[in-house]
Amino acid sequence: MTCDAPTPAGGPAPAVWRSRGTGRRSTRTLRVRVCAALAAATVLAVLLVPPLVQLDQQAVDLAAKLLPPSWEHPFGTDDVGRDLLLRCVYGLRVSLLVGVAAALTATVVGTAVGAAAGALGGWADRAIMRVVDTVSSVPHLLLGIFIVAMFRPGVWPVVVSVALTHWLSTARIVRAEVMSLRARPYIDAAVSGGASRWRVTVRHLLPGVLPQAGLAAVLMVPHAMWHESALSFLGLGLPAHTASLGTLIQTARGSLLAGQWWPTLFPGLFIIVPTLAIAGLAGAWRERINPRRRSELML
Amino acid sequence: MTRTPGTLPWGAMARLAGRRALFAAPVLIVVTFGVFAIAAASPFDPVKAYAGTAALGADQQTLDRLRDNLGVDQPFVTRWWHWLTSALGGDFGHSTVMRQPVAQVIGERLGWSALLCAVAFGVAVLLGTLLGVLAARRPGSVTDRAVTSLAYGLEAAPVFWIALLAVWLFALQWDLLPAGGLTDTASEHVTAGQVASHLVLPAGVLAVSQLPWFALYVRQGVADALAEDPVRGARARGLSERTVLFGHALRCGLLPVLTLIGSRVPELITGALLVESVFSWPGIAAATVEAATAVDFPLLAALTTLATAAVLAGNLLADLLYGLFDPRVKFSDM
Repeated sequence: MTCDAPTPAGGPAPAVWRSRGTGRRSTRTLRVRVCAALAAATVLAVLLVPPLVQLDQQAVDLAAKLLPPSWEHPFGTDDVGRDLLLRCVYGLRVSLLVGVAAALTATVVGTAVGAAAGALGGWADRAIMRVVDTVSSVPHLLLGIFIVAMFRPGVWPVVVSVALTHWLSTARIVRAEVMSLRARPYIDAAVSGGASRWRVTVRHLLPGVLPQAGLAAVLMVPHAMWHESALSFLGLGLPAHTASLGTLIQTARGSLLAGQWWPTLFPGLFIIVPTLAIAGLAGAWRERINPRRRSELML
Repeated sequence: MTRTPGTLPWGAMARLAGRRALFAAPVLIVVTFGVFAIAAASPFDPVKAYAGTAALGADQQTLDRLRDNLGVDQPFVTRWWHWLTSALGGDFGHSTVMRQPVAQVIGERLGWSALLCAVAFGVAVLLGTLLGVLAARRPGSVTDRAVTSLAYGLEAAPVFWIALLAVWLFALQWDLLPAGGLTDTASEHVTAGQVASHLVLPAGVLAVSQLPWFALYVRQGVADALAEDPVRGARARGLSERTVLFGHALRCGLLPVLTLIGSRVPELITGALLVESVFSWPGIAAATVEAATAVDFPLLAALTTLATAAVLAGNLLADLLYGLFDPRVKFSDM
């Protein structure tokens, strides 16, 4: 929001108008560019570093344990001398994979349930939405903790527990969208053309819902990552040999109490940066599919 | 609905609360049923959980007797019904990890969690409102950008990470505040001063994690209100900046936020789960994590039910506030 310096003594009311002026647009694109660059860097690091960099992230070097950040080890080393930059990239890879898997599962479930409720209507809709309301009355992390506690250990319980707690918002969004689409004339045209309810739903309603569902899925990835890291931090998530960012922070607790801050700081930054990048991009995307709303980051 | 200022529509509010209680009961029953169903589908063995490490050395006969005593072989619906009926009488079973009745565990710890959450929430509301108004005063200014960036950054940061860095900075580097627990390890009695000094860090971190939401909502509300005619009218009449901001714009802009406060309960519980376990705060959230680590099913089931009840109560609070602050809404319509 680079507008001209607000006039200190003049009416502050114009400052409100100015924020909607031309000044917004330039930073908006700058912000989107920065976010896109960060998101691209995240994806490239996760995809390219493991095959291209021939270094073992598990390589233990007890002579180099708990070194502070330096040129050789930009993020320092952990308590058994492993390079933290490498550990963070691998951890981000695990966190992102779990996040994407959980977000995809949740979106598929949420879209199916939401579309069913919206397309069926009547008592089926009421019953389905009552189930959605009931499940969403349990705090998400608590439900996740419960599921993981019962089915642990492993990657799949974590994915399932994150997915099971995140499909609800997608179901609500998709249902609302389906219901608004159902009132459109082209649906009436399809119905009067003799299309079955199934065909109307799959061929005419679902494609219209996909942009919203896609946005919800993208926004869910950082949420799912956050969720996974919280579970792993509590010691209920991923096992130590598939270290995620949350596991890294969990194992860094010991060194932190001994005064070494870097094993804790950097994995956290690796959670924050992709989250903000995705939020910024999703905000811009939402603005494109729904231009009336003002651009905000979406978290 | 016409309402004389100063009196609250107690009757209408009570009727709304009653209707919500009627809705809440089935929700709670379904949630407990779901909890038992998940446990029945999982590979978790209550007998081994109950016996703990003793199960390793025990012979099959003892385990079978224990299995019989616990009634594990009954279908889960029977066990669920048994649990539900005794829970209504106040008996939630026996916690295996705490080695005491679940009701006692909750009773001892609920107060500490409530204290932590209440202090943190109060601080978050006050600071968030202040920052939001500061940011909304001049949209696009340096202050606005600083507050907004800070809020988004904090919202994206995991609360347990903030908590750990706070421990490092305040407890280890500066040695200002204790790193965790309720009292010093040496002291035998829980004194108010000790609790207060141990409360600062966890409550501060929990407040910081809840604050961005308030700051951003208040900023939005106040910025919108500042552009509205009544506020511009107040400015035109020459009222002071402070009166316009806090008397007119904030009152308008805070309304939607106040009504949403009750719906923040799930986030507060999530934050408390993580903050309490970092700071070893002896609340029920930390107990939940311990129960999950040790697969203490009776305690987990009771705590999940309790948290769900808290969320439903929060929703009711949100509706009550909404009806109170927005005279266009009738309680009988909700």
